[in-house]
Amino acid sequence: MLFTSYQFLEFLLLLFLLYYLLPAGWQWKILLGASFLFYFYAGPVYCVYIAVTIVTTWFTGRRIEAVRAKRDNWLQEHKETISKEEKKSYKAAVKHKTWILTLCCLLLNLGILAVVKYTNFVISNLNGLLEAMGSGKSLDFLNMIVPLGISFYTFQSMGYIIDVYRGTVEAEKNPFRFALFVSFFPQLIQGPISRFGDLKKSLFAAHPFDGRTVCLGLQRILWGFFKKLVIADRILTGVNTLIHNPEIYDGAWVLVGMLFYALELYADFTGGIDITIGIAQTLGIQVTENFNRPYFSKNIKEYWNRWHITMGSWFTDYIFYPISVCKPMLKLSKFSRNHFGEIIGKRVPVYLSSFVVWFATGIWHGASWNFIVWGLGNWLVIMVSQEFDPLYKRFHDRFPVRGKFGFRLFQVVRTVLLMSCLRLFDCYRDVPLTFRMFGSMFRRGNWNIFLNGELLGIGLSAADFLVLLAGLVLLVTVSLLQRKGSVRERIAGLPFWGRFALWYGLFLAVLLLGAYGVGYDSSQFIYNQF
Amino acid sequence: MEELLNILKDLHPDVDFEKEERLVDDKILDSFDIISVISEIAEQFDVVISAEYILPEYFNSAKALYALIERLEDED
Repeated sequence: MLFTSYQFLEFLLLLFLLYYLLPAGWQWKILLGASFLFYFYAGPVYCVYIAVTIVTTWFTGRRIEAVRAKRDNWLQEHKETISKEEKKSYKAAVKHKTWILTLCCLLLNLGILAVVKYTNFVISNLNGLLEAMGSGKSLDFLNMIVPLGISFYTFQSMGYIIDVYRGTVEAEKNPFRFALFVSFFPQLIQGPISRFGDLKKSLFAAHPFDGRTVCLGLQRILWGFFKKLVIADRILTGVNTLIHNPEIYDGAWVLVGMLFYALELYADFTGGIDITIGIAQTLGIQVTENFNRPYFSKNIKEYWNRWHITMGSWFTDYIFYPISVCKPMLKLSKFSRNHFGEIIGKRVPVYLSSFVVWFATGIWHGASWNFIVWGLGNWLVIMVSQEFDPLYKRFHDRFPVRGKFGFRLFQVVRTVLLMSCLRLFDCYRDVPLTFRMFGSMFRRGNWNIFLNGELLGIGLSAADFLVLLAGLVLLVTVSLLQRKGSVRERIAGLPFWGRFALWYGLFLAVLLLGAYGVGYDSSQFIYNQF
Repeated sequence: MEELLNILKDLHPDVDFEKEERLVDDKILDSFDIISVISEIAEQFDVVISAEYILPEYFNSAKALYALIERLEDED
């Protein structure tokens, strides 16, 4: 059931009526039923996978708390009779036990994710190896089912269990409430990856009908539909033509393809998240924001703090920090300082941990070398930029351009181009082809395509280009306005005719300019496949 | 405290770490800075700050971070 299908709108309407007409105490239970219905509709077998994650994670959380409660009782009972050393060693033993429980839960659930998502990738690499060795044998690929949204709900659940282990959240007592946290349907298939501590308060609370909140939520959904249907799905035809026919569309076409893809991905993913957050808002639930105008970032490091924010912070909190500050890493850092000097020693934890994070980020996006190289490409750019920092400082001391409009514009264009170049790995079928296509931009010299009308031959008409241009102008305008706070809040302050004209205009734009048509099947959201 | 202030000033000489109380919230310290600080603390104070303590409440000010170091030293 796609967010952009009529069935989904009917599903939402029915849910909305039940949610606000039945007693408020039933609301979270209705949401749980709706979430499982949504997931069951996507594939009945998927429910088994998510149920395993829910049950094992909930049970582990409860066990950790039970072990800790037993520890506290024991310490209370023996506080007069044990020495400080005994107390310390008992606490360490209990901590070790909770760590073992956490580790089992992590291994089981990340293991399921790894098996369903990466088995065929491993087989394909093994086959490549066998072929290179000239063995003449090959392994058969497995017919694996990859449950919808498994990367998202697994990460959300694993974040929860690590938080329980760290003691930053209390384990949820009610398994059904926990099931809702994992399966909450608006964010199940493309995030945001919420933290239990952030979501639980509004997810389980009673929400009386509030016209203003519902209205703001509906407006956000409409804005999401505009981005998805009018921009992303319209430009999709052009993007597909360019990236699926690399033998025809090389040279300057690669630049066109990568910029079109940058727009498509932004409109698709942020549009999907707008719909998610908007649906949650109509239900009175506050979901964490996942974007903060990423294309206006000064550099790639900043971009990753503003794009898919919840995924970035997940990797930082649960992979980057634990690896960077673990004892072996600190020992390695000390060893490097002693043997290779202060400069290298200081860099070891940051470089190695971020390498692991970017490798994981790459493979999380997809089981292919393209995504791994894409992830490591990001790592390389960030590290090089980090090393150039003293140089940038000297430049800015000499030329005081920081804050000037021209320089800001240069930084924004540089970020968009760098990110778009890296995303070429997401577009072409393999890594060598991606490098060839990138290189062709500098060799082919077919820049006349921008003037000779060939742009109209990639499946997009002049009218499509006009709609896309208008959509782009609107996206940029809204992003600029967002610098001073919520645009919807400001629109809400306009006189009635102003509000009506704007929202009705947007509604009409979605209705009339959305990429529909006879036999049109709205495209899947790109991030669903991750 | 002086030792900690020196570690922090090495990273950002232009920041007044004695007064600043929103180092993480205002993104003055990013994740790379935090790791460098922890690595330096391990080196100079012989205290390991594990990942569960990497929270804004401990890294928002030099004072809070120093209190954490003292606490972890006591626990050792």
